[in-house]
Amino acid sequence: MTGRGKVRRLTCIVCPLGCEIEVRLDRGPGGDVRVLEVRGATCPRGREWAAQEVTDPRRVVITVVPVRGGDPPTVSVKTDRPIPKSRIPEFMRALAGLEVEAPVRVGQVLAKDVLDLANVVATRESRSMGRSFGERP
Amino acid sequence: MGTRVEGRRDVVVVGGGPAGMAAAARAAELGLDVLMVDEGERLGGILPQCIHPGFGVHYLREELTGPEFAQRLASRVEDAGVDVLLEAHVPEVRWISHAEKGVRVLSPGFSGEVRAGAVIYAAGARERHRFEIGILGDRVAGVYTAGEAQTMMDVYGILPGRRVLVVGSGDVGMIVARRFALEGAEVVGVVEIMPYPGGLTRNVVQCLEDFDIPLLLSHRVVSVRGRGRVEKAVLMRVDEGLRDIPGTETEVECDTVVVSAGLVPRVEVLRELGALIDPATGGPVVNDRLETTVPGVFAAGNALVINDLVDHAAEQGEQAAEGAAEFLRRGGIPATDWVRLRPGEGVKLTVPQLLSGERDVWIYLRVNRPVRNARLSLRGAGREVRLPVVRPAEMVRVKLMAGEVRRAKVGGREVVAEVYRG
Repeated sequence: MTGRGKVRRLTCIVCPLGCEIEVRLDRGPGGDVRVLEVRGATCPRGREWAAQEVTDPRRVVITVVPVRGGDPPTVSVKTDRPIPKSRIPEFMRALAGLEVEAPVRVGQVLAKDVLDLANVVATRESRSMGRSFGERP
Repeated sequence: MGTRVEGRRDVVVVGGGPAGMAAAARAAELGLDVLMVDEGERLGGILPQCIHPGFGVHYLREELTGPEFAQRLASRVEDAGVDVLLEAHVPEVRWISHAEKGVRVLSPGFSGEVRAGAVIYAAGARERHRFEIGILGDRVAGVYTAGEAQTMMDVYGILPGRRVLVVGSGDVGMIVARRFALEGAEVVGVVEIMPYPGGLTRNVVQCLEDFDIPLLLSHRVVSVRGRGRVEKAVLMRVDEGLRDIPGTETEVECDTVVVSAGLVPRVEVLRELGALIDPATGGPVVNDRLETTVPGVFAAGNALVINDLVDHAAEQGEQAAEGAAEFLRRGGIPATDWVRLRPGEGVKLTVPQLLSGERDVWIYLRVNRPVRNARLSLRGAGREVRLPVVRPAEMVRVKLMAGEVRRAKVGGREVVAEVYRG
């Protein structure tokens, strides 16, 4: 890669191929990072991701949320959009107290606009048990 | 409950994970009468516990989490009209004739034999445990396989420990390490015996580097110490031959050791039935319809070969279903003079092991060391493929044309997969 600016090498995380991507960037007059060129990505999503990664890295966050009276007793969740990497610990603490009622279906929004960053959406279902946990049928 | 179990079926699918669900759905879509049995309380196999995204990019052209991928396939299974029996164990598949097999089923609602014209075996794999990788020492609480830890955390919502050492840097090990870190546990390290990480580079980046989790290459855990509960693990460095280097013992304080040391195909039932097992894959020897050496018995998913992408497992399920349909339609897969596909230089395993030359075929292979600017040669078929990089963690998948396979019929009757640099 030639030309002005600084080069950052990244391993793409968009898909399992893991392309080695080079991004040439410099700083604008206001100190903001500007992407001059992206090379090595084999798809448009990879090019977009690399440009995003050097300017404002973000991740979709995944975790589980307890479900009262649910079988299974949790649902897996994801954020409906990637959030800034640096705010993941704060985001996880904000979710720590969240608990929902059974039943939960896939795609259900369990918390809206958490820290004004993203909605939290269920990715697995949990049915009502119809009896309290530990009780024998 | 509502499921009819008794009677003869065109196809019985053993296993309701991604390979089994894809096989059952495809077979029913081809007009066959299909029963699918699974040991679990719900369909999906290991997918419901794999809550991270990255599933389905190739097979469904969409990136989903494990549970979402399972849900998609489960809906397809239902729409296709497959009968499903859950909480059902299959201890034996019995040969009755070329055209008939007996599948013994044990479940709370039904126990007995189901007759089938064809069987698709997709029972998945089991995890290797601590003693298989030489972790000796005290038998204490706090030692889990990666799948056990995932199930506790991500299905039951129980954090297995607070100071965690992960053994094995395959994708599963790294993903579990990230889950512990996200949930507030301290991951003291991921230990890898090889001099390079076992999993995909994207997971080194987004699971370990994102969370500042140390990766200890060329190390192994020799023992676990504690009273009642894990208190520490003893590590040693290893040399290029993976031998312990004396005097390099270090102790790491932790309360939990998570073993992510790979999977072993579950093939006991197939072995008992007389299917030939390939020592390289640990799964059955199959032809290009994914039929085992027992006519009418097919295999797919991790019971066939350990896959790193669910997409491949599901794809194999569909191929096995198409093979089973052909078997039923033609009264058997006509035995041709098979061309053998086998691993050569730089290659650990190849699937399927027998090629007919009647059809194009997807071949799967795994290399035994990482190579950049790799040249994959399928010697005997006259085919060369250039690949920017190949790694043991990433299955290579190549389509071989029928004509290329037929070339080998005039030669040594075999195709040898070899990987070289440059």
